[in-house]
Amino acid sequence: MNQKAPPAKAAAPAAGNSRANTKKELPEHLKSYKHVWVLIELERGVVHPVSWELMGEGRKLADKLKVDLAAVILGAPGGTEDAIKDSFGYGADLCYVVENPALTDYRNEPYTTAMTELVNKYQPEILLMGATNLGRDLAGSVATTLLTGLTADCTELDVDADGSLAATRPTFGGSLLCTIYTLNYRPQMATMRPRVAPMPVYQAGKTGRIIRHEVALPEESIITKVLSFLPDSATGKANLPYADVVVAGGLGMQNAENYQLVRDLAEVLGAEWGGSRPLVQKGWIPSDRQIGQTGKTIRPRLYIAAGISGAIQHRVGVEGADLIVAINTDPNAPIFDFAHVGIVADATKILPALTEAFRKRLALAAARPAAE
Amino acid sequence: MHIVVCIKQVPDSAQIRVHPVTNTIMRQGVPTIINPYDLFSLEEALRLRDRFGGEVTVVTMGPPMADASLRKCLTYGADRAVLLTDRFFAGSDTLATSYALSYLIKKVAQEWGEPDIIFCGKQTIDGDTAQVGPGIAKRLNLLQLTYVAKIDEFDLAAREIVIHRRAEGGIQILKTKLPCLVTMLEGTNDMRRGSIEDALRGARSEIVTWNAAEAGIPDLALCGLKGSPTIVKKVFAPSPRAEKAFQIEVQGKTPAEISDAVIGEINQRQPGLEQDIQKMAAGF
Ligand SMILES: Cc1cc2nc3c(=O)[nH]c(=O)nc-3n(C[C@H](O)[C@H](O)[C@H](O)COP(=O)(O)OP(=O)(O)OC[C@H]3O[C@@H](n4cnc5c(N)ncnc54)[C@H](O)[C@@H]3O)c2cc1C
Ligand SMILES: Nc1ncnc2c1ncn2[C@@H]1O[C@H](COP(=O)(O)O)[C@@H](O)[C@H]1O
Repeated sequence: MNQKAPPAKAAAPAAGNSRANTKKELPEHLKSYKHVWVLIELERGVVHPVSWELMGEGRKLADKLKVDLAAVILGAPGGTEDAIKDSFGYGADLCYVVENPALTDYRNEPYTTAMTELVNKYQPEILLMGATNLGRDLAGSVATTLLTGLTADCTELDVDADGSLAATRPTFGGSLLCTIYTLNYRPQMATMRPRVAPMPVYQAGKTGRIIRHEVALPEESIITKVLSFLPDSATGKANLPYADVVVAGGLGMQNAENYQLVRDLAEVLGAEWGGSRPLVQKGWIPSDRQIGQTGKTIRPRLYIAAGISGAIQHRVGVEGADLIVAINTDPNAPIFDFAHVGIVADATKILPALTEAFRKRLALAAARPAAE
Repeated sequence: MHIVVCIKQVPDSAQIRVHPVTNTIMRQGVPTIINPYDLFSLEEALRLRDRFGGEVTVVTMGPPMADASLRKCLTYGADRAVLLTDRFFAGSDTLATSYALSYLIKKVAQEWGEPDIIFCGKQTIDGDTAQVGPGIAKRLNLLQLTYVAKIDEFDLAAREIVIHRRAEGGIQILKTKLPCLVTMLEGTNDMRRGSIEDALRGARSEIVTWNAAEAGIPDLALCGLKGSPTIVKKVFAPSPRAEKAFQIEVQGKTPAEISDAVIGEINQRQPGLEQDIQKMAAGF
């Protein structure tokens, strides 16, 4: 009973399935909804990179629809300047800016109020947010307030011939994707996770229109208070989404002791380590190291997957990698359908050899004069 | 105190298989489980009840067989379980689901008292949207606290709650008023085993079962497929990459020889990567 779970019947043939009521009959009052919006996630003075990734996707949608791409920036008074400048640099035609002391830290109430007010006043046809803790917290509230559709964790966004947003996401339980439409409601909302889309090119010096909007958000009317914020210490925290090299293991590693071989190689390469979901369930790795649809999406230059079968939920999290090297004993493992380089072999034997070879090469290179 | 916990019965994803030829989901015989994320919330609810007294009501909307998961919650120690089931709910997306659940909770409040706190799971493993919790909160006009790592203070008399919430770059410590809706982060606690008395009670108790009319759902047009703004237009298998992975020759080779070949391929396909790793290691 959920949007991504197609009803049992619809799941039968793998392709070309459609529902009866997929005709677009947009009510008159929603026809004025135009343009593509991206929420710029500004927290503690820092814009989450997923917002820029979404600007890249939003630009493509706006160009196809021949409409404007707008960045929506909510923040503290005087705290939005850099975000505005960078929004133009990443492709915005215009920025909607709401500055208010109540928007200094993320809180659901004032953010939902500000966002829904903006939508009702300026009427976008598409509204995109990052599938971060902030974006997911906010998107559900905004969509419910506006009574419109919201598709979570999309892996692909497109517009079809009649201008509807086609939001594609994996559907549960198998090697399937589904495309979801919000035909007769506006805005069409979707979230996308960090690193699913590539970072767009930054064009310095670009400018555009800025529309400032005042929202009344008296602090007395906001019940939730931020008492304090404990920033994560930089050390020891996994940063899989933005790592250059990632080494991961799956059930093919057989046990927690063998998983150490993955970490050994990662250490030599200065890489992040992670794994498939069953490893989290077994307690071999912490949950913030899970890679895939319900874990992290990664986009490294090199991804080494050892003993991972390559289920769709894993695949969607790694497909953005420049180079995927897979080690699996089964020549028919699905991972070889999307890896670039395959090794049909026992990962517990290959990993130590790779670690050793890289250790030697990197040590050798370090010993050479820097001029080389 | 009255606590309501929303749970969902989901297929055990670890056991789902895809048919190798037709590429369809093989759901027959797949066992169902309580959505694992919901258990962190249920356990938190039981702990609050054990500390402050009161009752925990577990609710779900689903097919009649979802009563199995509710019964399981009773064996863990929940006081009461309510199943909302009706054919009108088939095909609900998250907006329609939160509509039905919000009325279910209103009805539960009428019967057994206004809840002081409502728990949802962080997300489900089948739907996986994390939208239903915020949807219910909005519809019931409740404050919402998602991704809660820890309930720090809970003051029933002052009707205040202080929690640690996982944000992107750290932990937000938030204070808000009851009633509110909370979703717990995974790993925050472990589900208890439940006492023998609870096991016996769970096996014997009746699950309160309501249809849409009995739950007082005012507008059936807002339920199920009809009430869902999102439409699944197409279900398809991902297209394979044009070419399969380049296979490294392994026949008759030692692991060392194989790994040299792998490194050769890496360096050819990602020139400069090894040098950059080197530079990083040297601390540039
Ligand atoms: C809603 C939902 C969300 C999910 N989200 C995720 C997610 O985010 N991330 C994720 O990873 N999964 C996720 N899954 C689970 C996913 O469907 C798969 O079950 C999971 O990815 C399989 O993990 P695995 O490849 O490690 O294990 P398996 O599928 O069991 O594969 C193990 C592989 O190891 C190989 N092998 C065995 N021995 C060796 C050896 N000695 N050397 C080399 N290879 C060997 C086998 O040939 C096999 O291919 C999700 C599932 C659902 C239903
Ligand atoms: N059919 C349902 N019945 C009861 N609770 C639900 C249902 N669907 C979702 N929920 C609750 O909402 C949470 C988030 O679900 P989802 O939005 O599907 O990820 C779940 O963990 C449950 O607590």
